[in-house]
Amino acid sequence: MKITKRMFMSIVGASLLAPAPMQALADGWTPRKPIDFVIMAGPGGGADQIARFVQSVAEKKDLTNRPLVPNNKGGGSGAEALIHVSNANDPDHTILVTLNSFFTTPLRQANLGIDVQKFTPIAMMGVDPFVLWVHKDSGITTMDEYVAKVKEMGGEYVMGGTGAGQEDSIVIAYMSDAYDLDIKYIPYDGGGAVAKDLAGQQIMATVNNPAEAKGFYEAGDFVPLLAFSDERMPAYPDVPTIKEMGHDFSYYNQRAVVGAPGMSDEAAAYYQDVFTQIYESDEWQGYLEAESLSPLWMNADEQRDYWALQVENHKTLLTALGE
Amino acid sequence: MDVLTLLADGMLLSLQPLNLAMILIGVTVGLFIGAMPGLGSVNGVAILLPVTFLVPPGSAIIFLAAIYYGAMYGGAVSSITLGIPGASTAVATTFDGRPLARQGRASLALVTAALASFVGGSVANILFTLFAPVLASVALSFGPPEVFALMLLAFATFVGLGGDDIPKTIFSICFGLVLGAIGFDQISGAPRLVLFDYNGFLQGIGFLVLAIGVYGIGEMLWTIEQTRGDVESNTPKMSIKGMAVDTKEAAKRGWRGTMIGSFLGFFVGVLPAAGATPGSLMSYGVTKMLSRKPDEFGKGAPDGVAAPEAANNSASTGSMLPMLTLGIPGSPTTAILLGGMVIWGLVPGPRLFVDEQEFVWGLIGSFYISNAAALLINLAFIPVFIWMLRMPFTILAPMIFVLSIAGGYAATRDMFDIWLMVVFGIGAFFLRKFDYPLAPAVLAIVLGPIAEPTLRQSLLLSSGDPSIFFTRPIAGPITIVALVLIFLPAVKLLRRGLGRRRKRPAQ
Repeated sequence: MKITKRMFMSIVGASLLAPAPMQALADGWTPRKPIDFVIMAGPGGGADQIARFVQSVAEKKDLTNRPLVPNNKGGGSGAEALIHVSNANDPDHTILVTLNSFFTTPLRQANLGIDVQKFTPIAMMGVDPFVLWVHKDSGITTMDEYVAKVKEMGGEYVMGGTGAGQEDSIVIAYMSDAYDLDIKYIPYDGGGAVAKDLAGQQIMATVNNPAEAKGFYEAGDFVPLLAFSDERMPAYPDVPTIKEMGHDFSYYNQRAVVGAPGMSDEAAAYYQDVFTQIYESDEWQGYLEAESLSPLWMNADEQRDYWALQVENHKTLLTALGE
Repeated sequence: MDVLTLLADGMLLSLQPLNLAMILIGVTVGLFIGAMPGLGSVNGVAILLPVTFLVPPGSAIIFLAAIYYGAMYGGAVSSITLGIPGASTAVATTFDGRPLARQGRASLALVTAALASFVGGSVANILFTLFAPVLASVALSFGPPEVFALMLLAFATFVGLGGDDIPKTIFSICFGLVLGAIGFDQISGAPRLVLFDYNGFLQGIGFLVLAIGVYGIGEMLWTIEQTRGDVESNTPKMSIKGMAVDTKEAAKRGWRGTMIGSFLGFFVGVLPAAGATPGSLMSYGVTKMLSRKPDEFGKGAPDGVAAPEAANNSASTGSMLPMLTLGIPGSPTTAILLGGMVIWGLVPGPRLFVDEQEFVWGLIGSFYISNAAALLINLAFIPVFIWMLRMPFTILAPMIFVLSIAGGYAATRDMFDIWLMVVFGIGAFFLRKFDYPLAPAVLAIVLGPIAEPTLRQSLLLSSGDPSIFFTRPIAGPITIVALVLIFLPAVKLLRRGLGRRRKRPAQ
């Protein structure tokens, strides 16, 4: 059932690509200098892994005549990257790898004056689910045991994450509310550091993307307890979703590429073509499957609609969390 | 001896013609990339990543590791000959390398740097080969309190760095800490100290921008002012015999720094938070502190060149360890290597050593070969580097200025950073005129952004109770040693004062 849905989604994805009239437009414009490939996160985490992977595919297949130069700007939950790209003096050569802080950071820091709708849609590469992980030495194997343990600790249960208002903190806040948990939250500078400190048992649990925790899971160090996806993940068939537990909630991190505000239509068409080819490559499709991402292909207009929807969703979520 | 068999196989693998060629090309390219100010191993590995798709994955990572090695050797070259740090990892090398060059002993400094790099690399390789799994678990046992304690220890060693003028040293550290706090706060995500509302400050002060400003431009201004442009060019002579003499002297006067740098650098490199830059700065501080002649440091002590150079090579091998065993990069360069490995279909992490034995040991074997190749190639190029120094200062000064500007721009591709660099250069010149030590400020801007979040994370863990730094088995002893070192000068001063007072009535 789950597999068929995955297949269905990729077929939908493929059919959306076919009629795209980008190819013809792209002949007109090509980059004249190296492309500033800005990443909204520090090195090592999920967003960075994906950016490096995408860059490698572009290099390997020789898709761009000028290189994509990765540029990590993770400061201030991505605010640094948003400002850098908004003020880019050459919007045709500036693109951004985003995650959900693309929506949350402008909402939380209204004084930055960022309007996401001014950015240029390029490609939605997929959405990344979240999973609740504990260390195997904790002895916890089910959600019930986890809830019991957190309650027993009375506010001393420590979880790590990537910072207030970040994706994982939204998930943790929802979960704490749903199960009436009192959790001590320690912010780190990236998902990689969070996973490492769970492996070293400096913290007791995390909400990491599967890609960040996979190595430790395969080595038997991490135990997945709960998935925040709509349906069970093929790679983790025994892990229940929070929906099965009776809470109507799911949360994904977007893995999308956007262009700087004011990018010309010709340049946008060029990048849309390049990232369509990357999306269709065996490498990327293999990555989606290996790292448990769901494909969610959209054209430019659909991306704008999706952004508007996500901004509204996050407004509600953040308000509910008292942010 | 299972490990030795695997290692021998690995070395044989890296001696295959294709891999050996990759090593030689990689090391040479890395050497020159490292020697260019502003371009370091990060840029080298990033630029050349696409080239590696032409060869099999095993050879590709060997090539990148060779570039990494070569760049670590090369960073010292411009630090010594021009006084511009070739890369952030070689900033500490300018502290003593530049004074040596100005005394006409550039060849001694370069030979010391090459030998120390070789020993550092070798010690790290041996530690890596024998203890990789154990060290990975040590890295995991370092949580926020442990990392903070280590940073405190690093600051403690630097209180002694500014000579006897402790208040000026502390001022310099505080100045660096404030500069390091500029930008977004990691814990709350809020922007801090965005001076004059310039967006350029949001990304924080780049360490390399500061270092090139202070050491490249500041040093040039200082030289011009001191000599009024009339620099007697001491033409260092180069000969095989001269190099042999230098080698002997380097071994005699640099062995302490080399040993300290090799072990400390490796250990700091293994910790995922740190990397080669803090490792080299900390090794410099510790070597100075333990030296019998701390006064020589900053004026041309071979130990002061050996320590950071041994440490940055050792740390670069060390930072491969968390990348390979945990999938977490210990430095920006290893972050790029990690991206490369993923596209080659290798998944770094706890399973790599089991699933991809041939690859892992081929890589480790190539470390040994790269290290030896880097030493030989570097020694062969020393006469070329020395030749640069024979140019008259009137040609050299504008060249240093241009290279500094280009280097500052290369790091971030932002004009704002160039203006900042010029401001730092002029500021450093005045601070130096008033006898403020600059090294502690440079250290603080590197370590501050590691120390501050770990301090706050620790206090969040303990609900604000500072005893967390004393009660944990690893953090406790480190914190206590650090506090003793910080207060030692004060105690000494007090005792000296008391001693004098006691003497007076007796007279």
